[in-house]
Amino acid sequence: MVQLTLPKNSTIRTGKTWPKPAGATNLRTFRIYRWSPDDGENPRVDTYFVDMDSCGPMVLDALIKIKNEIDPTLTFRRSCREGICGSCAMNIDGRNTLACIFGMDEIKGDVKIYPLPHMPVVKDLIPDLTHFYTQHESIMPWLETKSNTPAKEWKQSIEDREKLDGLYECVMCACCSTSCPSYWWNGDRYLGPAALLHAYRWIIDSRDEYTGERLDGLHDPFKLYRCHTIMNCTSTCPKGLNPAKAIAEIKKMMVERVV
Amino acid sequence: MSYKTDYNRVAGLGRAGEGVHHFWMQRVTSIALVPLTILFLIPFGKALGGGYEALVATYSSFGNALTAALFLFVAAWHFAIGMQVVIEDYTHGGTRLVLLLLNKLLSFALGAAGVLAIAKILFSA
Repeated sequence: MVQLTLPKNSTIRTGKTWPKPAGATNLRTFRIYRWSPDDGENPRVDTYFVDMDSCGPMVLDALIKIKNEIDPTLTFRRSCREGICGSCAMNIDGRNTLACIFGMDEIKGDVKIYPLPHMPVVKDLIPDLTHFYTQHESIMPWLETKSNTPAKEWKQSIEDREKLDGLYECVMCACCSTSCPSYWWNGDRYLGPAALLHAYRWIIDSRDEYTGERLDGLHDPFKLYRCHTIMNCTSTCPKGLNPAKAIAEIKKMMVERVV
Repeated sequence: MSYKTDYNRVAGLGRAGEGVHHFWMQRVTSIALVPLTILFLIPFGKALGGGYEALVATYSSFGNALTAALFLFVAAWHFAIGMQVVIEDYTHGGTRLVLLLLNKLLSFALGAAGVLAIAKILFSA
């Protein structure tokens, strides 16, 4: 059955309020989810105060500042700090997004930061994405061909290449899949918007010769058809992509094969 | 504790090879219900308030009885496959199995009862 309440050991408690930086006048309050696998404690929400006069504009700037200057134990993933690697995906102000490209001016009041929803937490803001990545792997996100390999490259026209726009930009940050209620309730079997967007990217690649096999692989009430066009994926995607449309296109192709 | 690989967990029991028929029938029954609902409601609305006699008179007409029977049949079908999705979404394991069976039973019973009631009026008129 769907679980609407947290188990006892996951109930979030009020955590520590860290001291305000001395002499700062332009303070912003951050409420950040903390949980460590090592201390056996329940998760808690810690409060930090950041001096905005000496902080960059993005949420990630503030997180790095907190880690450097206030609390070095705060744990989160980050790498490129420009929306290309997808590492710093987290739930900020109730929305899944990338901390590095989400400006703090877009948030009213305190900045509330949690890990991506409904995933096992490794520590603090780091979710375990093993299952998510493996689902991506299961759709064979690479070129599959049957013809003899050409002497040079597999050719693709400019028009056919354009069909991949809006799909290839996905950085696998998991914001979409972890915002999807269907993925929350049946994520063990439902592939989720990210993996399905990638599946579609290869289904419509003019060079790929496994289109039928790819559609066969998705023909399943759970792998594909758990999508009910809730559209959370599209509204939350920090890259502005539309996984819901990609899934709808797959469903259309499925019907095309039988009607 | 299990040493199953991540890939093994994702692969599960493999693809079922069905789903498109269910998806297509949801669309077909929805589209069919648009005219059927209107065709059912017009004579039904007219007969309402007229009591038993008016309803019997309405469904003694072959056309009215046909649209009403089709409406009830398709609506029960649409209900069955729609509820199936809700049950699959929100329940798991044994509960899911029991609810899926009850859903099909209830839907077929409702549809059959409606169609038989209409038939009874039509053929006893």
